Amino acid sequence: MSHVVVVDYGMGNLRSVAKALEYVADGHTIEVSDVPERLAAADKVVFPGQGAMRDCMREIDARGLREAVVHAARNKPFLGLCIGLQLLFDHSEEGDTAGLGILSGQVKKFPAEGMVDAIGSRLKVPHMGWNEVHPHQPHPLWEGIEDGTRFYFVHSYYVQPDHSKVIAAHSAYPFEFACAASQDALFAVQFHPEKSDRAGLKLLSNFLTWAP
Amino acid sequence: MGLAKRIIPCLDVNAGRVVKGVNFMGLRDAGDPVEVARRYDDQGADEVTFLDITASSDNRGLIFSVIEAVSAQVFIPLTVGGGVRQVSDVRALLNAGADKISMNTSAVLDPRLIMDSADRFGSQCIVVAIDAKRDSLTGGWQVYTHGGRNATGRDAVEWAIEVCRLGAGEILLTSMDRDGTRSGFDLDLTRAVSEAVPVPVIASGGVGSLQDLADGILIGKADAVLAASIFHFGEHTVGSAKAFLAERGVEVRL
Repeated sequence: MSHVVVVDYGMGNLRSVAKALEYVADGHTIEVSDVPERLAAADKVVFPGQGAMRDCMREIDARGLREAVVHAARNKPFLGLCIGLQLLFDHSEEGDTAGLGILSGQVKKFPAEGMVDAIGSRLKVPHMGWNEVHPHQPHPLWEGIEDGTRFYFVHSYYVQPDHSKVIAAHSAYPFEFACAASQDALFAVQFHPEKSDRAGLKLLSNFLTWAP
Repeated sequence: MGLAKRIIPCLDVNAGRVVKGVNFMGLRDAGDPVEVARRYDDQGADEVTFLDITASSDNRGLIFSVIEAVSAQVFIPLTVGGGVRQVSDVRALLNAGADKISMNTSAVLDPRLIMDSADRFGSQCIVVAIDAKRDSLTGGWQVYTHGGRNATGRDAVEWAIEVCRLGAGEILLTSMDRDGTRSGFDLDLTRAVSEAVPVPVIASGGVGSLQDLADGILIGKADAVLAASIFHFGEHTVGSAKAFLAERGVEVRL
């Protein structure tokens, strides 16, 4: 049984993430913490996020969490969610913000104009709602989740990794974009598994039982 | 295949219980919020919206325990509206487990509430609800507050554009002319607002049939449709609504 720490850096929907993990915990223990030593002591780390990337980076630094987050992302099973995916990259267009640089690539904004869907409706930004996720290769976190399963998204920026081998899945809005990244024991998704009903709970459960 | 159009059942909550109005005969108890929300989740609802209509200030705090309980059991987005007056109300509801907070009258009275909430918590969780009524003098639609009682003199399309500029991440648009009539959405209003703003628009007010839902999306260009009575009284399930939409070429989460 593993001990999982959800990183609290004052942004967004930690409670939702913790509640969903607790729902599927099955003996694993879930702790929400903003203490670097607790991250260091954890078996696994979940890194959620919501809001603006610049604010997230500022809060991580204000709480002295940068080193502990980077160490966890490189050394233990680590799950990034939403902004928790974007923060792993080098740089975001959102507020011209430097990320943690664990994965190389950029975070870009969906163009606000000129995006239309199949029935001619304007595609809105934020990209909000349930979209299909297409895994690129088998991975323990995709176990039991079919290609094309819908997950819940809310975001205005998307990641563009430099190396395609880190892309774990893509979605389309209307062009294809990377909606999940993985490297070693790190896995991160743009969507919100904690709000994605059974498919999301399955992914969280897969993370808890994952032994990379 | 891409983003699905959303179907959102709306639940009125009074003093911690789901209630439904019965033909002007007052409110009837419709059950425990967790059970009702879970039933809609099982039917395939894409989100659930709770509207707190508690009149007595003694019971207003009950909405927090409702949201706490639902969010521990139902893992789809939860929107909460009703009685949100200040940034601390937004924070308290988010902390209880809400994903999005809807504000209406208070946003008109104090537009800074939209900006301050969006700055603090992100646009993704700020929904501005707009109650609009057709204005025969201008040919447009006017914004109303206080549950449709007070005219504001504001044009609904202009107000929609303004709230997006202030940081709203979504608009919940209700036609006061159609609300409760079961004669369908005001499609002109829905389309005018949806085409004017960059953020998703949820159409509300007037749904009487599944065809109304399809029209709201296909003609009104809504990104999501909200309905209460057609689901509450068991006429239709969310699942049957989605099957109906899918047959008409609307992309839905099945």
